[in-house]
Amino acid sequence: MSYCVSTKRMDEILKALQKDYKIYAPVRFEKRGRYSDTDLIRYAEINSIEDVVYDEKSHFSPKEVIYPITQALFYFTEDEYRESKVDDKKILIFARACDINGFRRLDTIFLKNGGVEDIYYKRLREKVKFILMECKEGWDSCFCVSMGSNKTDNYSLAVRFDGDNILVEVKDHEFINLFANEKEVEFTPQFVTSNPTKVNIPEIDSQELLEKIYNLEMWESYNSRCISCGACSAVCITCSCFNTLDIIYTENGRVGERRRVQTSCMHEDFTTMAGGWSFRKTAGERMRFRTLHKIYDYKLRFKEEHMCVGCGRCEERCPKLISFSSTINRLYDEVEKLKKGEVSRTREQASSTEEGK
Amino acid sequence: MSENIMLPHPYKIIDIIPETEDVYTFRVETNAKVKSGQFFQVSIPKIGEAPISVSCMGENWIELTIRKVGKLTNEIFNLKPGDKIFMRGPYGNSFPIEEFKSKHLVVIAGGTGVAPVRSLLKYFYENPNEIKSLHFIAGFRDEKNILFKEDLKNFRTRFNTIYTLDRDKIEGFEVGLVTEHIKKIPFDSFEDYNVVIVGPHVMMHFAALECLKNGVNEEKIWVSFERRMSCGVGKCGHCKINEVYVCLEGPVFNYTKAKNLLD
Repeated sequence: MSYCVSTKRMDEILKALQKDYKIYAPVRFEKRGRYSDTDLIRYAEINSIEDVVYDEKSHFSPKEVIYPITQALFYFTEDEYRESKVDDKKILIFARACDINGFRRLDTIFLKNGGVEDIYYKRLREKVKFILMECKEGWDSCFCVSMGSNKTDNYSLAVRFDGDNILVEVKDHEFINLFANEKEVEFTPQFVTSNPTKVNIPEIDSQELLEKIYNLEMWESYNSRCISCGACSAVCITCSCFNTLDIIYTENGRVGERRRVQTSCMHEDFTTMAGGWSFRKTAGERMRFRTLHKIYDYKLRFKEEHMCVGCGRCEERCPKLISFSSTINRLYDEVEKLKKGEVSRTREQASSTEEGK
Repeated sequence: MSENIMLPHPYKIIDIIPETEDVYTFRVETNAKVKSGQFFQVSIPKIGEAPISVSCMGENWIELTIRKVGKLTNEIFNLKPGDKIFMRGPYGNSFPIEEFKSKHLVVIAGGTGVAPVRSLLKYFYENPNEIKSLHFIAGFRDEKNILFKEDLKNFRTRFNTIYTLDRDKIEGFEVGLVTEHIKKIPFDSFEDYNVVIVGPHVMMHFAALECLKNGVNEEKIWVSFERRMSCGVGKCGHCKINEVYVCLEGPVFNYTKAKNLLD
């Protein structure tokens, strides 16, 4: 069932929903952007439908609602611990198709990988229902169509902002009464079917090819370009890696908490063990790892889909303007060359040229 | 609500055995059923958590052999018998002991890499009839870094042992890296065998290559990987290599798989 409701009426509906739900949406934080006089659009709890920024892409993904940047796992005193708690309220998230599909990747890691469920993720995830925000055209950096994540039917409500009115499709019976007195209309959300940015995913079908990919010179170029800041992972809806961190509250050090803190495989110390040994020492090696994880080995492991959903936020957030879609396409071209037996420069060839200079 | 996999539990330290100046073995009271090659996420609240492999186990106890090398391990070294240490686990797969039985076994270990294979060696030390022969090459940097001296002495009585120090020359020890002594193993005379290699990353790499050079079939080689981990259960992402999570599918890998894992 679909309805046309005024913004004012939608506000009243949201207020009614707030009794049971915390409602999150992309919100504008004025003058908090990365450059002077720019705004930041990120997810936050809303109190009015007018808070929702629906016509711009959010700089951060909605993953923080259920996978916070930092989160207390438990608190401890001397030899006892107490699990942290969460709010009783349920959660509604205004999200786009790519992000809703991105949550399925997070579900796979936190709920399925290794056959055990992570309760910190689960206890928030099971409270969540989605309000799909229709994308009219997408944005320049989006490549959701290439990644097959432009469509979803995993939502309770879908909305199209249309001037003073909002078109709402109600799929979830829980919400149907809220719209009982509204004007019924024909509305089903449309999905983006083409993006200006397109990617070709390389087909990596042998270990031999994978080894050649590992030795491609293209990764070296990121050594000087990438500064290993991890901004790409921070904004990615599908990046799930974390560190644990213990902190103490008091000077006597007897009370504290263990936190989970999001991290990034792009950070220099991501694989560093006690004693200092690291497995991926250069930015290029880390870029190779992240790229292959997003478009090759996640799918190899879990079969269903690639990890990347093509939201394009990593590219927009990168301070060095590294485009992930270009990286994928560049890799595709190199792989095609390798498959055709054309000469592709390897790391060894690159370094021997350097030595010869 | 499912069980909280991230919550550690307190266990009593029942003994602390200094192995070297900066490596101690901590015997911890637990009735956890542990297999050879598995590890625990070991922590001290307010300090942190890290994966530590089990170096030995018995009825109601396990041993963790720990090098004092970072923030957490420095703090663990301040603990005394009777103190509590926090753990969750055991995690990971294990050495396929059943597959090793009734065959020849070659164990090549370097430095603290001896710890993860110690329980495997002890098993066959106590059950010598379950194995055709056991060749054990153990390498240490120098005299003061030799671990498990008592065990090494015992192993000499039932296994074919080659103990080596990188540089120092002392009685009972050869000189040189473990890789230099692999050619002494009579692989030609084995009709069926397995090889276990554990140690620093570079050592495992070259020891495996040396084995292959000496005619070892790569399917017969088993290695154990050490990686940074924050969870031990496939969530934190630190130990992932290609599509494999070392905490889940490892730390023990057959070389046919291990050689394809590209960091």
